[in-house]
Amino acid sequence: MHELSIVYSIVSIARNELEKAGGGAIEAIALDIGELSGIELTSLEFAWDIGVHGTCLQGAALHINRIAGQAVCADCGEVFHKPQRWDACPSCGSFLHGIQAGEELRVKSLTLAEMPVST
Amino acid sequence: MCTTCGCSQPAEAVTVQLVGLKQKDAILKAGGVHAQRQQRGHHHPSHETGVAVQVEGQDPQLLQLELDILGENNRLAERNRGYFEAKNILALNLVSSPGSGKTSLLERTLRELQAELPCAVIEGDQQTTNDADRIAATGAPVVQINTGKGCHLDAAMVRRALKPLNPPSDSLLFIENVGNLVCPALFELGEAVRVAIISVTEGDDKPLKYPDIFHSAQVVVVNKIDLLPYVPFSLDALRHNLSRVSHNPRVICLSAYTGEGVEAWYQWLRDTFSSHQA
Repeated sequence: MHELSIVYSIVSIARNELEKAGGGAIEAIALDIGELSGIELTSLEFAWDIGVHGTCLQGAALHINRIAGQAVCADCGEVFHKPQRWDACPSCGSFLHGIQAGEELRVKSLTLAEMPVST
Repeated sequence: MCTTCGCSQPAEAVTVQLVGLKQKDAILKAGGVHAQRQQRGHHHPSHETGVAVQVEGQDPQLLQLELDILGENNRLAERNRGYFEAKNILALNLVSSPGSGKTSLLERTLRELQAELPCAVIEGDQQTTNDADRIAATGAPVVQINTGKGCHLDAAMVRRALKPLNPPSDSLLFIENVGNLVCPALFELGEAVRVAIISVTEGDDKPLKYPDIFHSAQVVVVNKIDLLPYVPFSLDALRHNLSRVSHNPRVICLSAYTGEGVEAWYQWLRDTFSSHQA
């Protein structure tokens, strides 16, 4: 269940960025999670509520951009969708690939709540 | 990781202790380090490298970050790597499922190799010092990390363990991760080489079931080969399955129990240590 550790790391990043932005509240957070990143979305979502409880991310909307795994075959040059590590090249059957996308594990953005205008 | 400063989740849950000869000096609770950081005005030095970018014309409430979620762990792993490099230590991260024989292989390796090459060990388990006790009996310096509910070691835990362990220069450091083929895959510790250990009683399709860990390992040790006549395990099938998730990993087959094949493992350790020095 390393997804909980991942949620704690996300909270740490969010807290730090919020502090740099001068405080306030976080309305939404967007994450980039690749198909080959080793993160299960169901586990992440399960861990999310526990991990953000009592933090600056509690109540924030969670948007996850699932990025498709993409590889280029080292033998024939075919570029293909690779949702699993063990997928073979659909063109020549080779297992030697370079990963082009799908290993992302990033906090893409934070949306802050509008600050009340002081009078 | 802890939500305060990323030094591993609930501070009191992770303990680090020296086992064996120096044990009287002893039990270092993780809370010590954590409390000091808080007293220093809650400073998070290495988190501050990320820069929020405001693009003109965009919602001013939107902070574009593009920050690596594992960035903090990776930075700490690089610090560990620098420490190892400065002291000429070859650090190995041993990962496997529980019961594959990591500790048995280590015991034998220490007994037979440490006279020619100094060794130190960091043991990771959720609970108990059982493994560290076994290692301490070989005479090697060892620190036990108990992760509490944690399912993997991270770079911060290893960093804390390095202080009481104080491994000698020009040595091998074996870091025995928590027995788990899933979670340790994502967390760099600062190791030079990641070694996955699989035993023949586990099934030759493990690389397909747990692709991330085998993808990230440069060396795969196949243990308990003395049991090959009794189990439906094919070394050829294992090699084929490995080739599907990893590019040309080195495979070393041995039995930590009978000693068959261990010389190849020792030779790999010697060669890697020598080339690491260069």
